[in-house]
Amino acid sequence: MNDLSKVKKIIVKNPLKLDCGKEISNFPLAYETYGKLNENKDNAILVFHALSGDQYASGINPVTNKDGWWSYAIGPGKALDTDKFFIICANVIGGCMGSYGPSTIDPNTNKPIGKNFPVITINDMVNAQYNLLDFFKIEKLFAVTGGSMGGMQVLQFVSNFPDKVKVAVPIACTASHSAQNIAFNELGRQAIMADANWKNGLYGENGTNPDRGLSVARMAAHITYLSKKGLQEKFGRKLQESDDLKFSFDADFQIESYLRYQGSMFVDRFDANSYLYITRAMDYFDLTKQFNGNLSKAFEKSKTKFFVISFTSDWLYPTSENRDIVIALNSIGADVGFVEINSDKGHDSFLVDVPDFLKTMKNYLYTTYSNLK
Amino acid sequence: MKKEFKVISDLIEETSRVLDVGCGDGELMKYLFENKNVNIRGLEISKKSVQNCLSKGLTVIEGNAENDLVQFPENSFDYVVLSQTLQAFINTEKVVNELLRVGKKAIVTIPNFGHWKTRLQLLTKGTMPVNETLPNEWYNTPNLHMCTIKDFFIFCKKRNIKIFKSLALNQEKISEISFNNLIYKNLMSELGVFLIENK
Repeated sequence: MNDLSKVKKIIVKNPLKLDCGKEISNFPLAYETYGKLNENKDNAILVFHALSGDQYASGINPVTNKDGWWSYAIGPGKALDTDKFFIICANVIGGCMGSYGPSTIDPNTNKPIGKNFPVITINDMVNAQYNLLDFFKIEKLFAVTGGSMGGMQVLQFVSNFPDKVKVAVPIACTASHSAQNIAFNELGRQAIMADANWKNGLYGENGTNPDRGLSVARMAAHITYLSKKGLQEKFGRKLQESDDLKFSFDADFQIESYLRYQGSMFVDRFDANSYLYITRAMDYFDLTKQFNGNLSKAFEKSKTKFFVISFTSDWLYPTSENRDIVIALNSIGADVGFVEINSDKGHDSFLVDVPDFLKTMKNYLYTTYSNLK
Repeated sequence: MKKEFKVISDLIEETSRVLDVGCGDGELMKYLFENKNVNIRGLEISKKSVQNCLSKGLTVIEGNAENDLVQFPENSFDYVVLSQTLQAFINTEKVVNELLRVGKKAIVTIPNFGHWKTRLQLLTKGTMPVNETLPNEWYNTPNLHMCTIKDFFIFCKKRNIKIFKSLALNQEKISEISFNNLIYKNLMSELGVFLIENK
């Protein structure tokens, strides 16, 4: 794996009781920050990353040397304006960018924890990240936001800490992971576990990792992040190199070679076991069930202002599921705004350049910040 | 029509909870917030308008009054405002019922099809009226159910809806509509404003 010794991290001393029943303590939580925390400490935004993300939300990720995953949204003058706001983003527990996860070395055995890592949940993730508020001595966050699994963390965070957030912006997410989403995650996990190099989670000893399995998992998932129209427009039936079909199973089509590339890039920066654990956490997420079938109860104790965002071409976390969150909030008279943004870019819309989304988000955060002052 | 905002605003008590159905770019919402310090929400069908409202920090939900009022509990607002959009719904009756379920009271304003200019156009030209308040042709108008001030009066009576206050707007003049001057006001007013409640 990559050199993670220089990653910023806090060591969480407080014991954290996990949903599975186990307790963890003295564990590392890797984080990154952008912008400056002001004197009143009222300009902090906690950003939650999605399945394949990490703490490097903006700038250049020092481990991959690529742009941070939310570079379109975070930076000077951008939607989450670092000239104005202090952005904090942590690597979720279960992740592989320095936070406590299955690739963390067990000091007793000097080997990765692997499958001995406890099964974690979205609830466990946000409880771990709550420690960052103490670390930065922030009484109340101005905002929490994130897309996809990041959005689920937004919902869980407000539910767990009802008076710690002024504004919550869950994007392209759901309050209850659907059968379709569980199915796609299971497909990814099975691809990893079917790779002979996975070795029941105890890989890596002589440099062999389940790269093929993880790569297939990523390829399948990547398709679900795009829309049919977006794929058709970008790739169509365009051929990769030659003008004719090769009558083989090489990557004839551009879409094939694109997916293979996405898969191969992913294995360089992501741990297969982390993929298993994090997808499991997503599957277990059902905030509605946590509150006995009444999602409104999750937010009853909170005065947090909500802004829910979905995208027209997102079929993985469709508008209807985002709207369910809005309905639950409305039924308790919460302050909730909602818009479905027009975009052909599928679930990935929140990560790429969708001007309507970025502009609305920027203006909303600006105005709301000065209104709530 | 700024005058309309003032008329609506005068009907609303300070610091009450208000829902603006079909809030457009949020001009009325802003006006009510600034003048009456109300706790105001909006519902709007156009994505661009919703984005504009949210950009201004207004709490607006993208949605359609015919389908999306359902999510609001009974009497969750002191007032539900519907400004000049009643004529655009497919199921007008259902929308009025929903307004009165969600709001303790509703404020409905209607462009008056009974105004003399409109009547005259139809009488003399023999074609569907096109003017400032009704800018579209019959084949591309969003207005499906045009009505007159008198029509709305009769509707409320039939449906057992109580009219607290009814006002007529003409040019910049505001006057009260009563049963006695109904015929006259129906002829002379461009806009009718009704404060209503379920009996």
